[in-house]
Amino acid sequence: MFSEYTTEELQNIFMMQGFSGLSLFSVLLLMGLGLALIFGQMGVINMAHGEFMALGAYTVYFCSTLTEQYAPAFGPYYFICAIGIAFLVCALVGALVEFLMIRHLYHRPLDTLLATWGLSLIMQQTYRSLFGAREVTPTLPEWLMGSFNLKEGLDIPINGVFVLCLALLVTFVMILFMYKSKFGLRLRATVQNRKMSSAVGINTGKVDRVAFSLGCGIAGIAGAAFTTIGSTGPDSGSRYIVDAFLVVVFGGAANMLGCVASAFGIAQAQSILEFFLEGTKGKVATLLVIVVALMLRPQGLFPSKVRGH
Amino acid sequence: MSTPKDYVLEVEDLGVSFDGFKAVDGFNFYLDANTVHVIIGPNGAGKTTVLDLICGKTKATSGTVKFKGKEMRGMREYCIVRAGIGRKFQNPSIYENLTVLENLEISHPAGRGIFGCLLFRRTPAIQQQIESTAAQIGLQDKLDTEAGILSHGQKQWLEIGMLLMQEPEIIMLDEPVAGMSVRERTETAALIRRISANRSVIVIEHDMEFVREIADRVTVMHLGQILSEGSMETVSADPKVIEVYIGH
Amino acid sequence: MAFFRTLFKTRGEAVSFACFALLILVILPLALPVFRLNLVGKYLSYGFVGIGLVLLWGRCGILSLGQGVFFGLGGYCMAMFLKLEASDPVTTAIQSTPGIPDFMDWNQLTALPKFWEPFHSFPFTVLAIFVVPGLVAFLIGWAMFRRRVGGVYFAIITQAIALILSLGIDGNQGYTGGRNGITDLRTLMGWDIRSEHAQQVLYFICVLLLLGSALFAKYIINTRFGRVLMAVRDQEERVRFSGYDVAMIRTFTFTVAAMLAGLGGALFVLQVGFMSPSLIGIVPSIELVIFAAVGGRLSVVGAMVGCLLVNFSKSAFSEAYPDLWLYLMGGTFIAVVMFFPDGLAGLFTKWGTIKNRAAALLARFRPASATTPNASQPAK
Repeated sequence: MFSEYTTEELQNIFMMQGFSGLSLFSVLLLMGLGLALIFGQMGVINMAHGEFMALGAYTVYFCSTLTEQYAPAFGPYYFICAIGIAFLVCALVGALVEFLMIRHLYHRPLDTLLATWGLSLIMQQTYRSLFGAREVTPTLPEWLMGSFNLKEGLDIPINGVFVLCLALLVTFVMILFMYKSKFGLRLRATVQNRKMSSAVGINTGKVDRVAFSLGCGIAGIAGAAFTTIGSTGPDSGSRYIVDAFLVVVFGGAANMLGCVASAFGIAQAQSILEFFLEGTKGKVATLLVIVVALMLRPQGLFPSKVRGH
Repeated sequence: MSTPKDYVLEVEDLGVSFDGFKAVDGFNFYLDANTVHVIIGPNGAGKTTVLDLICGKTKATSGTVKFKGKEMRGMREYCIVRAGIGRKFQNPSIYENLTVLENLEISHPAGRGIFGCLLFRRTPAIQQQIESTAAQIGLQDKLDTEAGILSHGQKQWLEIGMLLMQEPEIIMLDEPVAGMSVRERTETAALIRRISANRSVIVIEHDMEFVREIADRVTVMHLGQILSEGSMETVSADPKVIEVYIGH
Repeated sequence: MAFFRTLFKTRGEAVSFACFALLILVILPLALPVFRLNLVGKYLSYGFVGIGLVLLWGRCGILSLGQGVFFGLGGYCMAMFLKLEASDPVTTAIQSTPGIPDFMDWNQLTALPKFWEPFHSFPFTVLAIFVVPGLVAFLIGWAMFRRRVGGVYFAIITQAIALILSLGIDGNQGYTGGRNGITDLRTLMGWDIRSEHAQQVLYFICVLLLLGSALFAKYIINTRFGRVLMAVRDQEERVRFSGYDVAMIRTFTFTVAAMLAGLGGALFVLQVGFMSPSLIGIVPSIELVIFAAVGGRLSVVGAMVGCLLVNFSKSAFSEAYPDLWLYLMGGTFIAVVMFFPDGLAGLFTKWGTIKNRAAALLARFRPASATTPNASQPAK
């Protein structure tokens, strides 16, 4: 499949596709981090995670419409605020969902999966009723448009760089939070031994709620990032959900670095293969490789090491 | 046979490490036919791990486990069980929503394959065996009782009964009297003595009184290794054992 | 008699099965016009998947979100046979390559792909309807259950497989018919399956096979195998140390469920007349789970009723209020999972026990009031 291109063309193709893979990587990483927090750490699977991403994207769209209408002068800066608002909105909705639904189902992980799928149906239909079935795009500020021209035939879009930086920043903050903060310690303790944690005075119910809403909040940031590289429709989130699950499982469930590595691998493979194999074949090939790999090595790339398992 | 004496189970140089931590190291263990062999030791000595290694639940990193001269290490758990080594867990693990009779029946070795299961019929011989086993564990009046509502002690006995149904040559019991009343302990001791008439029993236990009552032979473990071995009198006079237990 | 008792443990089970059989075998065919009956037949073909899910999910505790894969594989096997029959050289004379399915011709294929060849034979097709889904399930199950993968992991991976298959079929239009699927199916060995008479006959074939499969499942559930299945779900380790090959038991159950789904898919194609990747992917696969969940994941009859009921309300509601339908569907799902995990069948048995308990309570009071004076007399 490579024979019809010259070496330089191939080089540029790999650079370009590799870079567009980085944008996909950013979205998958942000989705995966939120999921890993919820699924990897609490054993709960959130099928509505994609809808939380869409919620973040719609929040940004909503902010953009508001800004255009009432404060056009604020236009260049609104996007930064909108990311924060998307995070807050999703985290709040997440906390509500946890309170009403998830906390009753912690001991039934398979049922959580089904119930959250029901939730995702409701959320999708809500978007359709509120924003219409057509895809929407927020007006992006000027400074996100355009591209860096590195050399002849090789343009790097600014929005891609921005999303990548955002994803890496969130990952960094997340790792700091998990391993340096008091809450992170509590969370890790709850994961390791729920009974013991509650015996030493950790409010495990509260830890669960914060973790769940944090995971949803990060999905909101993923949604905000998503608006810069694609338009948002009611089912935008569900298109990424399987990829995001695979990112988490393939990375080794509870492992942040594994999540980064597997998001990178999956995104790059998909993006580069998509160029050479027409249509969906690139995606099929990537997914197939991951599924076969997971069958042979179910613990993922970086399994957590616990004695006796 | 290469060994001078025919042991039922020969464990040599058995070891396992979890990420460099040696939970069991250089463990040697020889089990005679029709004896009760008790493994004692302080918490974290690796007693349960030894049982896990023998029955295949944990994969050993070194050593051999020979059952009647046949290597068991590396075999799948259910194959080891079928070969004739039964294992009881520390917490009673029985099928709570089946009756005592069904619990015993499901443990009968006939029809353990897929199609065996599908075509299984309770023959008079099996019925007979279920009843005699139930009598042995003192549950003959509870055959139709749902297992979930048995008392803790009765659940422990039922699990021993389930092992007996498999007709194993070795039974391994992990702390069988934990949480039992004094009377239940005495009965359990008698039960273990009875079942050891025609099979070997390995028991892990903390309760010294109980060990004295049942043990033919005792192995003391400490930090994953054998500290002392012999009759109860020998080991309880061993200064190393005394030091570990008093120092603990 | 002993065999009968293996099939139906209680009288309630026998009665509910008989009622359901009566409903789909007599009442519905008498009451509904052929067009509606055909719809019922389509819903009942999902019932095969439901029965498989009762065994796999309800009894064995394994949730597969990829049952659409097996439904689809069975369906595609049938559709390939029917398509080849519909594409004889005479009918397809105007194509640039006559004698191959129309979509292949549109995609510039000039010869029938190798894997299509055997589907000229009907016996092979019937065999393939069971063997292809069964084999795929066996390989997936064997690889995963041997490595002790279960629970949520298994659900996610089967879901990914559903996505892979639907995308794969979608993306290979020349070989599979692509997104449109395999359509325009006409005859089965010369017999026009689109006529009203044929649809009626096919409905009864579907119903009889479904009832047969249900009895087969009930037999499995009520033998020792069924008890071992529940034991695997609740006390996996104990079962393993009772000398059972747990991985094999799971793999077998998964394979049986897949073969049932494949049969359902084939009957779907015969009655509906097409097969497409939109019946395989993530959403249809998970919907199949909903049907079983609403009806009752532990009950064979419940799962079949669930398929009928959810689909009926789907067609009724989504015609009248398409927007409301998704809310209703999502809400029902959440409610079932949170409040009635055993579905309608669970409510039914619960109602039975409540009634029995109330009756027992009443019975205790009634003789008590009658006998108390007499009983107290000798004491004095």
